[in-house]
Amino acid sequence: MRRDVVITGIGLVSSHGEGAAAHARILADGTAPIVDAAGFAPYPVHPLAPLELDRQIPKNSDQRQMEPWQRLGVYAAGLALDDAGLKEDVEAKSEIQVIVAAGGGERDHAADSAILTGLRDAASPGAFLNERLMGDLRPTLFLAQLSNLLAGNIAIVHGITGPSRTLMGEEQAGVDAVRTAHARIAAGQSELMLVGGAYNAERRDMLLLFELGGFLRTGGYAPVFAREDAPGMITGSASAFLVLESAERARARGATIHARLADVGAGRTRRAAGDVTASLGRLIAGLGPVAAGALAISAATGCAGATAEEAAAIAAALPAGRRIATGDVVGHAVEAAFPLSVALAAAALADGQAGEALVTGAGHWRGEGAARLVRA
Amino acid sequence: MSSPHRDSHGRPIVAVTGLGIVTSLGQGKDANWDGLTAGRSGIHRIERFPTEGLRTTIAGTVDFLFDRPFAAPELSEKLATLAAEEAVGQSGLGAAGDFPGELFMAVPPVEMEWPQKQALATVIDGDADYDALLREAASRDHRPLHELFLFGGVAEHIADRFGTRGSPISLSTACSSGATAIQMGVEAIRRGETQAALCIGTDGSVHAEALIRFSLLSALSTQNDPPEAASKPFSKNRDGFVMGEGAGALVLEDYDHALARGATILGVVAGCGERGDGFHRTRSSPDGKPAITAMREALADAGLTPDDVDYINAHGTSTPENDKMEAMSCTAVFGERMASLPISSNKSMLGHTLTAAGAVEAVISLLTIARSRIPPTINYHQPDPSIPLDVVPNQARVASVRTVLSNSFGFGGQNTCLVLTAAPEHA
Repeated sequence: MRRDVVITGIGLVSSHGEGAAAHARILADGTAPIVDAAGFAPYPVHPLAPLELDRQIPKNSDQRQMEPWQRLGVYAAGLALDDAGLKEDVEAKSEIQVIVAAGGGERDHAADSAILTGLRDAASPGAFLNERLMGDLRPTLFLAQLSNLLAGNIAIVHGITGPSRTLMGEEQAGVDAVRTAHARIAAGQSELMLVGGAYNAERRDMLLLFELGGFLRTGGYAPVFAREDAPGMITGSASAFLVLESAERARARGATIHARLADVGAGRTRRAAGDVTASLGRLIAGLGPVAAGALAISAATGCAGATAEEAAAIAAALPAGRRIATGDVVGHAVEAAFPLSVALAAAALADGQAGEALVTGAGHWRGEGAARLVRA
Repeated sequence: MSSPHRDSHGRPIVAVTGLGIVTSLGQGKDANWDGLTAGRSGIHRIERFPTEGLRTTIAGTVDFLFDRPFAAPELSEKLATLAAEEAVGQSGLGAAGDFPGELFMAVPPVEMEWPQKQALATVIDGDADYDALLREAASRDHRPLHELFLFGGVAEHIADRFGTRGSPISLSTACSSGATAIQMGVEAIRRGETQAALCIGTDGSVHAEALIRFSLLSALSTQNDPPEAASKPFSKNRDGFVMGEGAGALVLEDYDHALARGATILGVVAGCGERGDGFHRTRSSPDGKPAITAMREALADAGLTPDDVDYINAHGTSTPENDKMEAMSCTAVFGERMASLPISSNKSMLGHTLTAAGAVEAVISLLTIARSRIPPTINYHQPDPSIPLDVVPNQARVASVRTVLSNSFGFGGQNTCLVLTAAPEHA
């Protein structure tokens, strides 16, 4: 027996600011994206809006022990808990299970550059590297960098004593985080989940990883589905967390239900031509019948091949539907891209913009995901 | 057809039908079992990279798989591949490259390593800053590095090789990751999503920066001489853990599915418990409550009581803090019985295999059940009077073991416990 899963809390932070209602308005109005073309040229990014961190992370000592992607995620998780009315609910916070989609920590760019420059002329490179790392690495930096420490910091800052799991693996980590959280509640293994991810786009070490493979767009901004001249990702600093709850539990406590998360699917292919369209087609078919007027929200990356194939899969499912690319709103947020897309869909449904939403996402290298949401 | 078997909570029973292991003691169950029951240490002086100027110069690295330089994800993948081949082979499930179940993998977080960054830097004129590295990356001369250093790369390659179903999971719960991989497999089978799961914990990430990071946290033993004596869990003179490498793999299968195909049932993952700790980033709650709760929840999930446990496979890292907290928490759960309940630490011989540890130790726990011997805690020569436990000191012990509690505790407040039992006597 599968139980209904509903979204009772949305935490959203991006270049536009924060909050589900604010982001719903941006979707409705078609507000232009906020792009920094100069700071990381030739790579445009969507920079994070300034946040009053104290509102969600009151202790300076906590803020200091986190890196930007972790602060961003802890902040968004706090917004989601507030929105669900659970921030002060000690019992709920001991029951809630957390799944985070995360990458890893930021390099100390200045230290790395100095070491790399010095290494070229070092008489004994191994000893030189050891000496510099022993002297230059901050002991606490390691903790700020560990993938599972976003979840750890959410626990510490918001007082969550339930268990957490951290999924890694770029975009697909976000898909599998939402899929697993949904499946656990639907199957009765859990009543209450906090799920999401965070990505800081304003770091050259991550740009380097993606540029090595040729996955970044250079030059100016262009919409996700109109980058044929120079395909690639334009990354964005953003985070989304969702409180998922069994419908039964949500109704019993009189919670506001933003939307029902009907189902979530995930797949993988070896990415031969046509694979992404076929994979998304299978996943969408597995979600049950999608209403003709459903809103499509796509976490597409803008990369060559997969983006056009995702567009084809969406067009096949919703030939006349309205389609929004999350990347055109907040940029591509890698691990957070799919949770952000589900959060935007829930915000749009709560705002009455559609009765149903289809969310899709094909990762820049591997992995495909889809979800269906229905207005509560 | 007989009615399906269910556990005490009415759920499908999760059987183990394949086991695989690689550690510094060797490749395969037999090599590891021989070493573990002989009380042999796999810890040695590091030769993979220069250790000049480092406070710790030893580790339980796996040095017998490559005869060329390699990056951590390459070794993690190789370790996982070998462990999984052994486990899948033993299970007899599916065909080569066609495993009919999902993949759950505990993998270490990755990032671009120094040798690869150096390769880019050597062709740069002037300062090797990140803008210069980005310009070199744009040449596309280093394209394979992208795939090598993706977080999801290792699991994708394993999924390709073994033909697992669905979306492969890469996960981290720090030092309890291996146990979490098993737990996620158990949950998927209980949900009926899959009849089988390949659960792997792997870690091949001993390199200079990884070691230095732990060293700067004062987490590592600095008693380098002799290397094999450095890891001494529960001893009074313990002074930190020793990094280790390895992989453990388990084929989990719906019990009825395994019975129907006539598979040999090696054991059962009867229960899983997990608890977060919001106390501190590296330290545990002083009252041990999260660890205590995780153990109790694992027992409750298995429908068992503390009296049913025959042996505890300890997290036992050899750090002053962990061993004290673990002993206190076990005493809270098991009461007076704890004075005589055997508890030993595989890490005394293997070091701490970090991301892999929970899976490696689950494999060893199931071997302990199957082979009726408990591997010892070696280097136990100065008992800590504040930890009055039966740690199976220095020598393996013959014992009938049907039920094991395997503990894993990690940075970031991760506590995961597994209850592993012998196969049911009456099918």
